[in-house]
Amino acid sequence: MIKLFKLKDQKRQDAANSSGNAPAKKQSAGELRLHKDISELNLPKSTIISFPNGEDDLMNFEISIRPDEGYYQGGRFVFTFQVSPSYPHEPPKVKCKTKVYHPNIDLEGNVCLNILREDWKPVLNINTVIYGLILLFMQPNDEDPLNLDAAAVLRDNPRLFASNVRRAMAGGYVGEVHFPRCI
Amino acid sequence: MADVSSDPGRWRDVDKLLARPGNIVGQDFEPSPTLREDIGEIARVLVVGAGGLGCELLKDLALSGFKNIDVIDMDTIEVSNLNRQFLFRLQDVGKSKAEVAAERVMKRISGVNITPHFCRIEDKDIDFYNDFNIIVLGLDSIDARSYINSVACGFLEYDTDDKPLPETIKPIVDGGTEGFKGHARVILPGRTPCFECNIWLFPPQVKFPLCTLAETPRTAAHCIEYAHLIKWGEVHHGKDFDADDPEHMQWVYSQAFKRAELFGITGVTYSLTQGVVKNIIPAIASTNAIISAACALEALKIVSGCSKTLCNYFTYNGTEGTHIKVTDFVRDTDCLVCGPGTLVELDTSTTLLQFIRLLGEHPNIHLSKASVTCRGKNLYMQSPPVLEEMTRSNLQLPLFDLMGKVAKDVIHASGTSEKNDKKTSCLRKLRVVFKGVADGITSMDTTDGS
Repeated sequence: MIKLFKLKDQKRQDAANSSGNAPAKKQSAGELRLHKDISELNLPKSTIISFPNGEDDLMNFEISIRPDEGYYQGGRFVFTFQVSPSYPHEPPKVKCKTKVYHPNIDLEGNVCLNILREDWKPVLNINTVIYGLILLFMQPNDEDPLNLDAAAVLRDNPRLFASNVRRAMAGGYVGEVHFPRCI
Repeated sequence: MADVSSDPGRWRDVDKLLARPGNIVGQDFEPSPTLREDIGEIARVLVVGAGGLGCELLKDLALSGFKNIDVIDMDTIEVSNLNRQFLFRLQDVGKSKAEVAAERVMKRISGVNITPHFCRIEDKDIDFYNDFNIIVLGLDSIDARSYINSVACGFLEYDTDDKPLPETIKPIVDGGTEGFKGHARVILPGRTPCFECNIWLFPPQVKFPLCTLAETPRTAAHCIEYAHLIKWGEVHHGKDFDADDPEHMQWVYSQAFKRAELFGITGVTYSLTQGVVKNIIPAIASTNAIISAACALEALKIVSGCSKTLCNYFTYNGTEGTHIKVTDFVRDTDCLVCGPGTLVELDTSTTLLQFIRLLGEHPNIHLSKASVTCRGKNLYMQSPPVLEEMTRSNLQLPLFDLMGKVAKDVIHASGTSEKNDKKTSCLRKLRVVFKGVADGITSMDTTDGS
C-alpha cells in the first residue's frame, strides 16, 4: 500500500506539471435523478412549469395549475418547488404562492398533501407530486384540514363553500380575510 | 507536557503489527521495522469532522503512527460537546473545533503534524481532497457523507475493460454513531460499495402530516414541529428558521410549550425541542470511542497492508450488551456515482444531436429520446417544452465544445430503453472519451508530451 501511494504521488506530480483543467463542479446523485424526472414530465396542457434560474438549475422551479373542473375551475394557482440534494430520499418542498381559500392549504401557503410528507417514497417523482396537487383542487377534502373554517363549510354547506371559493378567486373577502384575484 | 513518543516502548504495539509477518496480512504486505516511520513520512490522512468521532480519530490516528493529518470542521465548540469531545475544555467554548483539536493533539503527541481547516467541506476545491491518501469521516449527516463520497468517487477512473485503475482509488473510512449504536465501513471506490450504492438502506425519516400538526396534535413532538414548521412561518414572515440560533430555538420551545398546555399534552422540554428540530440523538462517549478505534485501525490496515481490511460494513449495537456484525455488502454496478458506466468514444466534431442519435443505436446503451446533462449543465432536455426550447440551440454544437474541450469526462443521459419489448425509463452514466485528444492537453497544444 505504501508503494502504491509513492507511485500515486509521482503520477500526480507529473500530471500537475502538464496543463490539466481540473473539473470543478460536482453533480449529486439527487440532481441526476431530478434531471431524469424532469425530462420525463408529462403534464396536462393547463399546467405550466417554469425555471426562474435557467435551464441549469432544476432544483428550483414553479408550477402553475389551472383546474378545468370542480370548485376551482378557471383559477390559476402557483406553487414553488424546492428540491434538495438528498432527493429522492427527501420529498421536494412545495409551497403555494397564491393565496387560496382551500381546506388543505393554509394562508401561509403550506400544503397538506400526504405524499409531500409522511407518505413520500423515493419511487415517487415530480410528476406524481404535481398530479397530487391537481387532485387537491379537483377533490378538496375536509378530513385533513389546514384551514379549519374552509373544511367546516365544505362539510356542512357545499353550496356556501362553492360561492366562497368563487368570491375568493374573483378577488374578495371570505369572512375577514381578503384574497387577491386569481381567475 | 511529558514527551510520550520518546519512550522506547511507546510504539511497541503498533510495531508488532507492522514489523512482523502473519497469517491474515493483506496482499503485498512487506513487514519492516521501518514501516511505521515510512507511514509517518508518506501517508497523508484527512479527518472530516472534529466532534465526537473526530477527536477520538485524531488521537487514535496520531497514536497509530500517522504524522501528516489534516482535519476539517466548520463548527465551534459548545458546552454540550464537553462530555465526550475530550480535546476541548470550558474555556474553549466558541473557538473552532478543528483548530483547538489540532493544537491539543500536537501538544500531547510530539512528531505529529495536524493542519486544521475551519470551513465547510464544500468550500474546498476538489483538488484539495486529491492530496490525501485516505479520508476518514466523522460526520453526522447523510448529505455531508454523500458529498465526500461523490468527490472521492469522482477521482476514480476506469480502463477500457471497465476495471478501476488502482492508482485512482481514493479509500474512505466512514464512521457514524447514534446513541448506543454505530457503524464503520470501508469504501474503496470501484471495489466495494460506495455510499450511494447502499443509500437506499436508510429508513425514511419520521414526518408528521401537516394537518395533524395543525389540528390534532397528540404528542410533545407534534407540538414542537407545529411551532417549528407552521407557527414560525406565520409570525416571522420571510425570516428563515436557524436551528443553531438559541433565540430561535427558545422561541420554538416556548410556543410548543404553550400549545402543549392548550391540548393537555405533557413532555415538551427544551432538550426535546432541540432533539426533534435538529434530529439529535444524545451522544455517548463509549460508542464514539469504539467506532473511531475501528476506523483508525482500518486506516492503518489500508495504508500498511498489515492485515486484511474490514469487508466491508461493521455495525455495533450496545443497547443491551455489545452486539457486533460485519456484513459484506455488494456494489451496485449501475451506481451513478461509482459505477463504470458505458465507455463511448467520439470524434471532437460529433454534434450533440449526433451523440443523442448514437445513444439510441449503441449496442450497449439503446437509449432513445435521450436528455443529456454534463456536470450540472443540462445540454439538452427532451421535455418539458420550455426546457426543450431553452436547450435546442445546443443540438448543432460539437459535444467536445459543450463539455469544455476536455479529453474525457463523465456525462449522464436519461431516456427510454427497450428490453424484451418492455419500455422503461432509465438514467445512464457514460464515460465519453474524445479520440485524438491526449490527457490534459488539447489538440491545440504544441508542446511535446513528457
